[in-house]
Amino acid sequence: MSALLSLRGVERTFGGLRAVDGASFEVAAGTVHGLIGPNGAGKTTLINLVSGLLAPTAGAIELGGRAIAGLPSHRIAGLGVARTFQSIRLFPELTARDNVLVGQHLRRHPSLLARLLLLRSAGEEARAAGERAGALLALVGLPDRANEQARHLSYGEQRRVEIARALASEPSLLLLDEPTAGMNPVEVQGVAQLIRRVAADGHSVLLVEHNVRLVMNVCDRITVLNFGKVIAEGTPPEVAAHPAVITAYLGSER
Amino acid sequence: MEQLTDIYLTYQSTIGYIGINALLALSIYVSLSCGQLALGSAGFAAIGAYASALATMKADLPFPVALLVAALLPALVAVPLGLPVLRLKGVFLAIATIGFGEVVRLGLVNWDYVNGAQGIVAIPQKASIWMIYLAVAVTLFLLWRVRGSKWGFALEAIREDEPAARTMGIPSTQYKLAMLVLGAALAGLAGGLEAHFTFMVAPNGFGFSRVVDMLVFAVVGGAQVFWGAVAGAAFLTVLPEALRELAPLVGIEPGPLRLLVNGLVLLLVILFLPAGLVSLPRRLRERRAARKAARAPAGGAGAAA
Repeated sequence: MSALLSLRGVERTFGGLRAVDGASFEVAAGTVHGLIGPNGAGKTTLINLVSGLLAPTAGAIELGGRAIAGLPSHRIAGLGVARTFQSIRLFPELTARDNVLVGQHLRRHPSLLARLLLLRSAGEEARAAGERAGALLALVGLPDRANEQARHLSYGEQRRVEIARALASEPSLLLLDEPTAGMNPVEVQGVAQLIRRVAADGHSVLLVEHNVRLVMNVCDRITVLNFGKVIAEGTPPEVAAHPAVITAYLGSER
Repeated sequence: MEQLTDIYLTYQSTIGYIGINALLALSIYVSLSCGQLALGSAGFAAIGAYASALATMKADLPFPVALLVAALLPALVAVPLGLPVLRLKGVFLAIATIGFGEVVRLGLVNWDYVNGAQGIVAIPQKASIWMIYLAVAVTLFLLWRVRGSKWGFALEAIREDEPAARTMGIPSTQYKLAMLVLGAALAGLAGGLEAHFTFMVAPNGFGFSRVVDMLVFAVVGGAQVFWGAVAGAAFLTVLPEALRELAPLVGIEPGPLRLLVNGLVLLLVILFLPAGLVSLPRRLRERRAARKAARAPAGGAGAAA
């Protein structure tokens, strides 16, 4: 399978700290790829590098063969990358639906003239966008929360709105940064199904997650980071049996 | 009817100034709508006022063309100004843009061709009230159509969380620059109208305190929605006129009283109505509903007992 995303020797330092230290791996198109590792392993930094919130200090990042390292984040989004945030970053004053409408920015092509002249086509474009937003909220299991302000939603609901907002740009690569943090087991189950469904629709997913069972269940391949370095990679069973992974998570016997 | 005509003639200048101040407040609002505190509007208004006065007086251009110049010249100036200063955030952007306004004002003070600090006098009075209100109406229509559109959502997203908005593919710098340019055009247009409404322009009419007034209009009215700027401008333009009648009764000069009351109004709004005067009806409704809800269970319990 061809690589949608490939990282080669990616490095990011903060002062003297090497948060990501020469990481190399590939995410194949149409797969769910897990990224795990102990706290402080550099997982979120890596997501920030891929989505353009940070620029790498060294190394190459390619999306579909195109170099994206260091591009501004709105350009990377334009090339088909969407993300959620570990610390939820919905637009708190906007409703759930309006948050998803913001996410549709790249997919909407209204005519300013039609809107100024009050043409019917402008109203239809807006209505279609609103319906798409409603459908995405239904997909993440929130069909009746569309008109609620984001700040009034529960933690789990906010996380799901973030996923809907990211999907609204119809990304080829979806970056999920701990999408189940703070969720109860039932909600986690829902997210697992959602991720599988998103992958089945042809989106690739790079999933950062602490819930090991979820990662083992939904991922096709897993990359393990520790201290900014890739220490293991493979299918879920391979990774679970890898000595370096067991050491990183549980410590060595002596 | 005759009485109405009398009122109109007596308060013509106030009525005109409500519209001019509304445009100036809107020029601040458009940047606030994407979270930017840009305070260059006094400088942009000065450029518009002087450019249009020179256009009608020296170049003999028709008034509509002069107004076009008044809007376009500051808009052009806003582009090279915005590219560097929009990298600044919050209060630093405010300081840089205030600095720009002061540069414009001091430049005019030292420009002999336009009479330095004395300014230009005997400008033909070509701006009528309907023109001022037409400009306000067109601006409000434009902002109404942007609200709820793809571009309106992008502006709100930038205001709420710019880095997150960018990850949705929104080129925030372009939006912020567009709003600065629009604000500059609105302020310049207001300046051009003002110059031809009051016969004269002088650099000190476009100082720091003027841009603070504009910001206060927008904040007191309510910076969340575009009609807030208009409400604030109307309220705070009419208020001094009312105070002028009141001042002798309380034994204070109208000038200081105006500053005192403006400050008080700003303080009260920030403390009790952070979303501005336009949120007052909603707040009253919510309070009445809350009081009713608090009473209802108590009444029910009483009936049960």
